[in-house]
Parts: sequence; structure tokens; C-alpha cells
Amino acid sequence: MAEKQYKLVTCTINGRKRSEMVDVRASLSDMLRNDYRLTSVKIGCEVGECGACTVLINGEAFNSCIYLAIWADGKEITTLEGLSGPNGELSDIQQAFIDNTAAQCGFCTPGFIMTATEILNSGKLYSDEELRKMLSGHLCRCTGYENIFKAVKKTMYSRLGMEYKEDDGPVSDIKVLNSLDFDNHRTS
Amino acid sequence: MLVGKSVPRVDAHDKVTGMTRYTDDLCDKSAYIAKVKHADVCHAIVKSIDTTEAEKVPGVVKIVTCFDVPDIPFPTAGHPWSTEPAHQDVADRHLLTKHVRYYGDDVAAVIAEDEISAVQAVRKIKVEYEELPFVLDAQEAMKDGAPQLHEKYPHNILAHTDVRRGNLAEAIKEPGLIKVEGWYDTPTVQHCHIENATCFAYEEDGYIVVYTSTQIPHIVRRIVGQALGIPWGRVRIVKPYIGGGFGDKQDALYEPLCAFLTTQVGGHPVRLTCTREETFANCRVRHAIRSHIISWVRPNGDIVARKLECWSNQGAYASHGHGIAAKGMNAFPQLYPCDNVECDSWTVFTNIQVAGAMRAYGMPQATFANDCNIEDICRRLNLDPVQYRKDHLMPVGYKDAFSKNELYSDTFRQVLDKGMEYIGWKEKWAAYQKPQTGNIRRGIGTAVFWYNTAVWPIALETSSCRMVLNQDGSVNVQMGETEIGQGEDTAAAQMTADVIGLPLDMVHVLTQQDTDVSPFGTGVYASRGTYISGMAIANTGAAFKQKILEKAYEYTRMQPAVMDIRDGNIVRTTDGRVLMTMGELATAALYDRERSEHLSMEKTTQAKTNAYSFGCCFAEVEVNIALCKIKLLNIVNVHDAGKLINPELAKAQVEGGMSMGIGYALSEKMKYDPKTGKLLNGNLLDYKLSTFMDHPHLEAEFVVNPEPTSPFGTKSLGEPPVNPVAPAIRNAVLQATGVAFNELPMDPHLLYRRFSEEHLIR
Repeated sequence: MAEKQYKLVTCTINGRKRSEMVDVRASLSDMLRNDYRLTSVKIGCEVGECGACTVLINGEAFNSCIYLAIWADGKEITTLEGLSGPNGELSDIQQAFIDNTAAQCGFCTPGFIMTATEILNSGKLYSDEELRKMLSGHLCRCTGYENIFKAVKKTMYSRLGMEYKEDDGPVSDIKVLNSLDFDNHRTS
Repeated sequence: MLVGKSVPRVDAHDKVTGMTRYTDDLCDKSAYIAKVKHADVCHAIVKSIDTTEAEKVPGVVKIVTCFDVPDIPFPTAGHPWSTEPAHQDVADRHLLTKHVRYYGDDVAAVIAEDEISAVQAVRKIKVEYEELPFVLDAQEAMKDGAPQLHEKYPHNILAHTDVRRGNLAEAIKEPGLIKVEGWYDTPTVQHCHIENATCFAYEEDGYIVVYTSTQIPHIVRRIVGQALGIPWGRVRIVKPYIGGGFGDKQDALYEPLCAFLTTQVGGHPVRLTCTREETFANCRVRHAIRSHIISWVRPNGDIVARKLECWSNQGAYASHGHGIAAKGMNAFPQLYPCDNVECDSWTVFTNIQVAGAMRAYGMPQATFANDCNIEDICRRLNLDPVQYRKDHLMPVGYKDAFSKNELYSDTFRQVLDKGMEYIGWKEKWAAYQKPQTGNIRRGIGTAVFWYNTAVWPIALETSSCRMVLNQDGSVNVQMGETEIGQGEDTAAAQMTADVIGLPLDMVHVLTQQDTDVSPFGTGVYASRGTYISGMAIANTGAAFKQKILEKAYEYTRMQPAVMDIRDGNIVRTTDGRVLMTMGELATAALYDRERSEHLSMEKTTQAKTNAYSFGCCFAEVEVNIALCKIKLLNIVNVHDAGKLINPELAKAQVEGGMSMGIGYALSEKMKYDPKTGKLLNGNLLDYKLSTFMDHPHLEAEFVVNPEPTSPFGTKSLGEPPVNPVAPAIRNAVLQATGVAFNELPMDPHLLYRRFSEEHLIR
């Protein structure tokens, strides 16, 4: 069996420059959890399916479980621990998760907030459909995503100085569908 | 009053800042890592295990096989222990097994210095098997000559129970009856809590300490003690925050093995964390249940007689066993009562993984079968499905003889009316009833449910509560009901604050449960948390308050009868004067040089009631026939869970349950290879739980009929929301397409098959 190999990884983590000898086989989530005790980085699948380990790398959201620790060399990493201000002030999206009851068991929460941060930092206005798609790399079993969606959308509107309106009514158009329907030709 | 207010969760801040610590976050880096060797055959006897090559892997500390563990069978179900042997859970597990009963059964374990070494060593373990024939289907397993899993259970039948009412054979002789019959199949599904099953164990002061992600710390303590053959008091279970449970963690999973493994390495910490694939393949699942229902109805819809037979696929070991099928079956005669009923249910061992508790314990399966059959009656007789339900659901005043549950209010009509109004039932129903022949078709459907609250009278209902006055006048609260994401701690804080008379920030619910410190309790399951802990808090809080006022007498000279605690102050009720703050009282009492006293109260509350919880779902779908796709357009659940302790948290619970119901309806199914018995889709990519893209807006609404047996007027809400969703969607698809889907999930594979059978596509 080959000897273990280690490499010095120097990167900026939550605003501070850090260096650590890291097993070359380790994932970024391993390094952040084990070497830096940044335990907001959650492990739910280790293959990039659930999104719980999401962190920002140079501002972009990544599943840290499928990102090698050694690739982080020279990068700027932000975890959920790095979102709060120096005196513990919550960022707007963190506050929105509290205000909208968007966390239940809380295990998917850090990942969601990191992806939401990337979305919000783009400064763009997204449609509901686009927001859902951008958040769909994260799985949650507690919330049905409803309040997470609200938290992100409200914060997006607030950052853009726009008024958010609650729109929880049912989609109400009634199509009476018949054989003249537009894509009828596809059936037998 | 804080009860009834949507205060933020008490744990919200820590959860949005990453400060919340879960089991793995608390494990010391020095812990050894344990990995289990899972059998790669479905049914076999282990002849020998060769660990020679595995031992050579650098970093391996110890390898334990099925030949090294104590020969003590133990049960795993998270039920309160019964002191009557006849009612005890079936003890059919060993820490590691010599008789492999499902693909992935545990035959050996490696303890290593790190994960990679452990995984490498597991791969090098050679197991020699004597393979046996296997069976995956419950009804097949009951046949003569089917492979036998457990010696004591001929035909693999773990249990069979029945219900008989009236005289079905006579009743169905009535001329002119219409027989509506169906076979309804529900799939094996998994809980998919985002935190995998995980635990770590070490020895300290003659104890085995196990930190674990569980819903049921005191029960796990008992089971670890049983499995290792040691006194239960020598086991200490610590339960930190957990990343979801949904019933999977209402079972002892790998805690007993992990506890044993630490004893094999001198008490050094050992961590046993399931991978996602292990959580799928080796933890628990929801029972697949096949139901056969025959209803005999008059042309006007009156139900004369009903027959139900159901077969529940238990998998390889008993776990929660027959409780699940029995619960569903016993619910059947209650929802749409009729005079003549015959029900039979069988729970059957097969060579798939073990089924246990999962959100709503048998009722998602039963609700699907029952409300599909009711819908089939409506279609057959051309009756309005909502009106039919209103006319035939249990009437106000209905009382179940066994549970003593009673329908006190006209709840069903209220929830149905509210749901109809939200979704626009009348208009849409009429519109979609017109013949649709295009490729895109729409339909709307509904389903109803009732659900119990807690487990009395089937099993013990008990809750202990301890309240302690801190030096600053704030109160610590400890209970056996665990926070698992549902908001138990927040609800408990709100209830305690009201009972004693404190602002919310003066109540500290100690979230981490430790069997050496926390009062005895059975944990959370059966949607019992708020209902049962509410009773314990009301009783303990009232006694504690009286004790505090009696103490206050010593400093105020006022009789307790003229004092109250309001917003953290001792107040004279006759004129409202604040006599002292709780902080002043606590400081005075604790630091009194003559009569120093630590003020606390501890009480056990036993519950001998249960409560019906009710609700319905309305779903509107658009079906693309050619693409075999169902798009959910609108969905609403309406619940009567009594008074809501925290309306926003309640709503969030319902939305989560609806999401799980949508997955059950449209996409979730564990698929087993018929040739090997191996789970084929045990990961989050191939197993399709609902994502952000699979939902429309989820509407959760409530009607409030306070539950008279609860001091806070509340009853079950955690599990119920999942129940009516799948049948409501199925009934909507039926209206849209005319095709009855009697199995789940209604994914494109099934749609293609059914649409082909019905000649909608070719």
C-alpha cells in the first residue's frame, strides 16, 4: 500500500488566510470539517446529490464533497460561519430564513443559504421558475421547499428595492381541453 | 399568551449560523471509523469468513465477524417496552448475522484508524456463503414451499389479525347491490432524512456512552443494554440535534453494534456513520402494502358491506412488525363506517430490507387504498366525490370503542368546504368532467384521512418533565420528547412560558437529551410530541408554579392564593401589584442563609387518551398523455389539528408532509433486482424524492376545533399531512384520463404501461 501523501493547502477561509497539510485524497468538505471544525458544512451523500455541503469558492457555490481539498489552494472559501458579521450580525438571507420558518431540522439549511447567497449576490432579478431551478441542487425532506423559496425570493426583492407581494392563490385558469388542443397530434 | 403565536423557532439562530451541533460534529477526530461488511447475497448461511487479507490493510485496528458477537437476539423497534412478554417486540436481530436474510445484511465490521482503511479492509473480507432460495413478495412468501426466513414463523407470517363486524355474508345477499373491487399497491419507500444514520460510542467510568442521531434515546438505551447483555443503566445515550428522522430513527439502527465495537478496542471512540447508500439499503423503509378491497353499495351509494385484505411486506426482520398493517386495517372500518365489515391483514417476512416506522405508520398505505376505492364507487355510480364523502364519512359523535376517540365536531365537512373553496372545486370539477380527448388533460381530485395522536391504548403513554429554577429566575425544562426538526423545543417553550407565566426568553428547553440526565421518556413518534408533552408541561408547570408561590410567601407574606406569576413577575392578583421578580425570588431562595432552597419540580404524566386528527387534500393535475407525465398544478391540504401552538411551524410541518406525499404519489419507489434481491436505486440520484422543481405552491390550511383531551387543545400534526396526498393526486389523474392508477408511484414508467393497456397510446 502506498504511503499517504500530504500537500500544503493555503487558502482564504471566511476572510482569513489559512494553511494546513492535507491528505491529497481529502475532499474540501473533509478539510473544512476536520481541519478547521467548520461543521456547518454538512455531509449528506458525499457524491454531490444533496447539496448539504455547499460552500462558496471564489463566490461560486460548489458541492464541497466532490471538490478536492488540494484544489482549494489559493482560493477564497466561504462557509455559513463566514456569513455573519464580526459581532454576530446576521446577513439578510440568514434573517430571512428565521423570519420565514425556512429551517426545520436544519441539516440542509447551511447549503441552501450558501447557494442563496450566490444567487442574491448576482444582483439579478430571477423569475420563480429560475429561482426554483437554481435551488434545485439541494434536497430537503422537512420543509417542502415552500418557506425556503419565500426566504430567498423576499430577500432578492428586498435587495433590489422591490416590493414583495404574497401570491399564494391557486393557479386559476380553467382550460377545457378537447380534441382541438394544440398538441393533440402527439396522441394516437 | 405565547401559545398560538408564531414565535421564531428557539433553535433558528443556531441553525442559520451553522452553530447547531449534530452527532458527527461532536465526534472527536481521534475516533476510529467502523465500516460494516454487507452481504452481497440475498439469503444465505455464512459458512466462514476470511479476514486475513483485510487485516493486512494498514490502519486496521480490529475486525469483528458474525462468529465473534454475543449470541443474544434483540428487538429493534422504538416501542415502549412491555412488561408482558406476549406484547414485547420480536427479538430476531443479532449484532452481526450468520444467517443472511436480505441483500446487504451485516456479517462483519472493520474498525480502522481512518475511513479509507476501513473501506479498503471491508472489500478484502472474504465470505463463504451457502446460498438459499429467496422471496421478495409478501404474497409469494406465504405460499407453500416458499423459502423460510425465520424458524418460528411458518409461511413467513409474522402476524395475522382481523376485524369482524356484522354479518358480511348475509348482508351481501341483498338484491341490487353493486360490487366495487380493487387491488391497491403501495411501494417500498425511504425516509431520506438528509442527515444519514450515524452514531459514535466510547467507554467511560464503566459506562458505554453512545452519541446518536435518534428520536428515542431512552429506548435505544434499553435496546443497547439488551443487545450487549449488560445492565441498561450501564448505557448512556446522548442525542444532540438530529437532521431529520421521519420514523427511521424510531428504531435502534447501528447503535448496538457501535456500542459493542467500542468494547472490542478498549473503549476507544468508534464512529459508525452510514453512507447515503447504507441509509437507503440498510436502515428502515416504509412497508409496501398490497390491499384488496371489495365494497358492496346500493345504487344510491349507501355502503352495505366492505371487505379488506392486506399484505404487508415486512422485509427480513420484525422491527415494528405488524403494528403498521394493523393500524391501517383498524382505521378502515372507522373512516367510512358501515355495519358489515371483514378485514384481514398479514405481515410477512421477505428477503428485502427491514421495514419499520415511517411518517404515519401504515396510514399512507391504508388511506391510498381506501380513498381510491371510495373514488371508484363515486365514478361507478356517477356521484359527486366530495358530496359522497360528506355523506358517508364518520358522522359527528362517532366514537371508536377501542381508542375511545370521538369526532366531536363537524370537522370533515369543514375541511372539505375549505379545501373546495381554495382550489375552486365546483367550477373545475364541472369543467373537467366534460369529455377530454386531447393529449393534455386536466383533472381534480380529493382524499381525506383521520389519524391518531400518540399510542394509547395500544401501548404505554408516559412523559416525564423536570423544571428547574435558575439563579436569574429563568426556568430550565427537560423532557423525553425529542426535537427532531419538527419544532418540539419551540412548542414546549411556548407551553411552559404560558403555564408558569414567563416571557419566552426565560424558558430554556434543554435540547440535548442524555439518558443519564434527562427524565425518562420514550421519545417522539406517533405524532405524540406536542399532545403528550403538553400534558406533562401542564401538570408539572402547575405544581411548580404552586411551589414557587409558596416560596414567594416567605418573602412577600402574601398567600399563594392571592399571587400569580405574570410575565416573569410575582404579582398580587387582588390589585395587580408586582411584589418581586422571578429573578429576585430565585436569588433570594437559592442564597438564603437560613432556608436555602433549589426550586425544582419533576413529575411523570401518564396519558390514557388518544385523539382523532382530521384533514383532506385537493389536487389539480395536468396530464400529458404522450409524454406520460403528470404536472401538479395546484394542491391544498386542510387540517384540523386542534389548536395550533405555533401556526407558522404547523404550516411548515404540513408543507413538508405534502412534499413527502407528492413524492409517494409521483416518483418514489425502491426497486429491487428480481434476480438478486439487490436494491437498484439506493442513492439520492436514482431514488426520486421531490426537488424544488417538482412542486407547485403548497397550500396548507387549518380549521380549528380544540381537542378537549389536551390542556392546550392540540392533537397530531407531524405525520398526518402525508396521508391524503397520493390518493388525491390519483383521483385527479383518474378524472383527467379515465385511467385508474391502483399502484404507486405514478411515474412515467407506470403511466406508459397503463396508458398502453387502456389504448391511450400505442
